[in-house]
Amino acid sequence: MRPVYIVGAGMTRFGRSEVPLVDLAAMAALPALRHANLGKIPVDAVIVANMGAGRVNRQVAVASALVDRLSLWPVAAESVENGPASGASAVKVGYQAIASGMADVVLVTGVEMMRAVDGLEVTDFVASMSQPEAEYIYGVTLPSLAGMFARLYMDRYGVERKHLALVAIKNHDNAMKNPYAHIHQPITMEGILTAPEAIVNNPPVAEPLHMFDCCPVSDGSAAVVLASEDVATKLGAPRVAVAGIGQATDTHAVHERQDPTDLKAVRLASAAAFERAGLKPSDIDVTELHDAFTILEIAESEAAGFFKVGQAHKAVERGETKLTGKLPINPSGGLKAKGHPVGATGVAQLVELTWQLRGEASGRQIAKAKTAFACNFGGFGNNVVATVLRKEER
Amino acid sequence: MASVTDLETLLRPPAMEMPPYPPKTITLASGEQMVVRQAGREEMPILLEAIYPLLLVERDYYDIVAARLYAELLAYKRYRVKDEYVLVGLIDGVLAGLVNGRLVDAKVGMSYHTLTIRRGLRVGSHLFAAKMEYHVETCGQEEVLIVAESPIGFRRWMIEYPLDKKYEVQHELGGVPSWVLTRKTYFDAKPRLVAGRRPISAELLAGAQTIRLPGEETVRRQVMGEKGGRA
Repeated sequence: MRPVYIVGAGMTRFGRSEVPLVDLAAMAALPALRHANLGKIPVDAVIVANMGAGRVNRQVAVASALVDRLSLWPVAAESVENGPASGASAVKVGYQAIASGMADVVLVTGVEMMRAVDGLEVTDFVASMSQPEAEYIYGVTLPSLAGMFARLYMDRYGVERKHLALVAIKNHDNAMKNPYAHIHQPITMEGILTAPEAIVNNPPVAEPLHMFDCCPVSDGSAAVVLASEDVATKLGAPRVAVAGIGQATDTHAVHERQDPTDLKAVRLASAAAFERAGLKPSDIDVTELHDAFTILEIAESEAAGFFKVGQAHKAVERGETKLTGKLPINPSGGLKAKGHPVGATGVAQLVELTWQLRGEASGRQIAKAKTAFACNFGGFGNNVVATVLRKEER
Repeated sequence: MASVTDLETLLRPPAMEMPPYPPKTITLASGEQMVVRQAGREEMPILLEAIYPLLLVERDYYDIVAARLYAELLAYKRYRVKDEYVLVGLIDGVLAGLVNGRLVDAKVGMSYHTLTIRRGLRVGSHLFAAKMEYHVETCGQEEVLIVAESPIGFRRWMIEYPLDKKYEVQHELGGVPSWVLTRKTYFDAKPRLVAGRRPISAELLAGAQTIRLPGEETVRRQVMGEKGGRA
């Protein structure tokens, strides 16, 4: 396989879009293309990650629409839908196209406009990825699955609500340094957990998870430009290699897993990505994990191999996952505070890590970051894509 | 022939004795303190100034809430509404939101509007709760009539408390028939929805004596959906 590089990255601010879906996608694609500075080098394919435009925005075939919006005809175009892992899946498809020699330059854009409908409908839309006969028809939603998962995890490993709150506080703090984040609102332990008013400020959503344990509903778009080694060399820009991608699946219904607290797909996808990259978790300088719920940042960081099982919450308590810690997790603010437009999230994670590796992450820059890891968590852990990036010195 | 003063007397609704709302302070998720206090008639001009930029903001029905609230505050300022009151939420003296309503009689309250400027911190939820607290605890009323003009309001009041339908009564805001908060509903909901501490320190109270406004651009930015963003 040929090596593949990310040569350009761009995104919109997450939050609430004032423009239509395809314009929103273009608003990330254009800065990514400018960042890549391709000149006369053509784009061979456009891949769009999106989970719900057919239902939420009444628009399908978004990749074809984006090609038209960008006047990029006659490039190849296809849309990728893989639940909340659509973004990293789309990058994987682009990676495969270049690695196989089918393409030299691929634009991958993730986009989602979830706020086009009200909160109840968007919750139902997201819940439609759950197992239809065993989960969805009984009213299971993603927050309720996460609540049950959190309860088990806390009972088994001694995780407390204060640890979940520490994750939320950290990610809100990080987002304050990220101009692209949906939420620019610092929060405090007193305000969300210990003050008498905290019960009103931070009401339960699905016990033991409360409002500030859950990501917001966001619109947004993110894009990366992937290129072959020849093109990356011609461009002369900092080289961020897609060093390894791993993907794994698990049972659709969470209750069918032998141990529901074992995020097996995260474990297997991460191991595969590390093996392909020739790296191990201890080699990683910065990570973006899929913290749709605070408990997931803790559990994924263990399943990916950064901490022993049952130990991550102690690392959070010691501040090891802060921007200044040993292993910064979610410098962007994560899904928790940067936001979670589902189809865009996996791409946005790689945008952040590309900026980190190129030294372009301004106020949240991790010093001397050379390796990075992302976990894009689909369904409730039944389809996971892990990606390892590496900065290559020229 | 009646004098101008006599005529004005006829135009002004007769006022009922209304107890003052005792100020309180609430620790928000951000750790900031929001002082909730009653705003006097003399403070209406600055509140009208705060609302004015929102008259054309369609998002989340701010336009209709702002337009109606503007009229209600103006009517209060110029003595054209009976027994109205206004509560404000202030963070470091800066207006974070306001609520208003009036007393129909000694037993029945009429909730008018809740308008949040600083979004993402449940300011509106806290202020609405303070409004219910005023009707039920401070004034000792039996029930408060309520309607919602936005889906957000419907979720916050009708579902979260939850309120009962009282469709046989038409709310003063027109539109849909009334919902009602009874004393029982209020006290059942109080542990999870009504927050705040009293008495508040002289220092906090002094800082909340003068209402300051966030800039017009900040107001628009905050209500347009940005979560957080300090004024």
